[in-house]
Amino acid sequence: MGATHDPRRVMTDQDAKTISRVEELSYELKIRDVMTAHVHTVTPQMQIVEVLDLFREKRISGAPVVEADQMIGLISLEDLIRAMRRGNGHARVSEYMTTDVITVRDFEPVVKGLEVFARTRVGRLPVLDEHGRLAGILTKGDITSGTLRALHEDFQAEEVRRYRASHLFEDIVSDRTSLILRYWIKPRDFQHGGQASSDIKRALLRLGADAQLARRCGIAIYEAEMNLIIHTTNGGIIKVEIEPGQIKMSAVDDGPGIPDVELAQRPGWSTATEEVREMGFGAGMGLKNIERCVDKMTLESTVGAGTRLTMKIHLQPRQGLNGASASHSERATT
Amino acid sequence: MTLDELIQAVAGQVVTQRPQRPIEIRGGCGADLMSDVLAAIQPHAVLLTGLCNPQVVRTATMADVAAIVFVRGKQPTSNMIALADEQTIPLITTPYGMFEACGRLYQAGLPSFETRLMNDEVA
Repeated sequence: MGATHDPRRVMTDQDAKTISRVEELSYELKIRDVMTAHVHTVTPQMQIVEVLDLFREKRISGAPVVEADQMIGLISLEDLIRAMRRGNGHARVSEYMTTDVITVRDFEPVVKGLEVFARTRVGRLPVLDEHGRLAGILTKGDITSGTLRALHEDFQAEEVRRYRASHLFEDIVSDRTSLILRYWIKPRDFQHGGQASSDIKRALLRLGADAQLARRCGIAIYEAEMNLIIHTTNGGIIKVEIEPGQIKMSAVDDGPGIPDVELAQRPGWSTATEEVREMGFGAGMGLKNIERCVDKMTLESTVGAGTRLTMKIHLQPRQGLNGASASHSERATT
Repeated sequence: MTLDELIQAVAGQVVTQRPQRPIEIRGGCGADLMSDVLAAIQPHAVLLTGLCNPQVVRTATMADVAAIVFVRGKQPTSNMIALADEQTIPLITTPYGMFEACGRLYQAGLPSFETRLMNDEVA
């Protein structure tokens, strides 16, 4: 927790922007998720020397004192040292334990534990369940490792999704398996422009495409998506057909159509408006960029009927989509 | 170069969430034309731009850009910030103009990650 995010202070929008995932987790994670549940306990009747042996054997430095299922105190290494210095090794735990014990509840968020640690400077906190029974013990180390574990799980969740998707083509047997993704693109929807391409790129990565292949497809389809947004009357449809050996992508619309297809493919040629150019597009580079990224590009258009742009990328034989590397390297990155 | 070194070099401010994992910035590219970015930028570069709209973040996603620096103090909208957080691309604003921001990074040792045109290519 950064000093600027004192949990007791009301959070402003400005603060909210700078909250890290770790801080979010301290609210999401419950103390029971990170605490040590198997706790070594002692009884009030035990002798100080017995507790010392237990601590040494279990490599712990403190333990709750439990009697008749209720926690009645806490004994730490410091208490033991105090007893030993006075030569009271055979005294009972009940004489040296701390009875005024600060506890937390297992259903409280981790941030509550952090607050108590910061306020009291104690090293460990007994954790009680909803019935007030001892459920575990919490140290700062538990919080650190619990948070790291949760971060790791966040990361792994995406890895698992990738793993599952990448087995799709192996697990489903047919003479020819393909996965088809379709996206409806609205005209002039600059706000969502690139959403479809972004989804397609992520899908390819989850299916096991390598970074370069996903990038080539992403760039090509993004230029095509922007063309639909910029130029079409009613928008269009993007279709991606993924097979183990190839990826076919198309962008199809129903107008207005391109009068001179050859001219449209000439670098620098554009009919884009000033507004579109201000968005950073319409420099007449789009089709050229697409051509660079794919193995085969075809542009067909009829004025009044519409335009069909098809793009094909071949994947290396037998390698398929899993770990496939591009069959020709993208010139832009060489 | 690390994200912190980049921020320091351009006296920048991060407006997105701090990334959980360290980001390595291997080179730089300065452009206002998104098609130029898509055509020329190599992966893991910082993109310096004077353009400030959601398409910059989309372009960065497609082109595997490591971070975006908006020159001349341009402030990304909340839409752009949300999009960038989703894609874990840090957005940084710098008070410097394009020339000076690029120059400072180049001087700090960051190489150009813009591919040059081939002889047979026309713009």
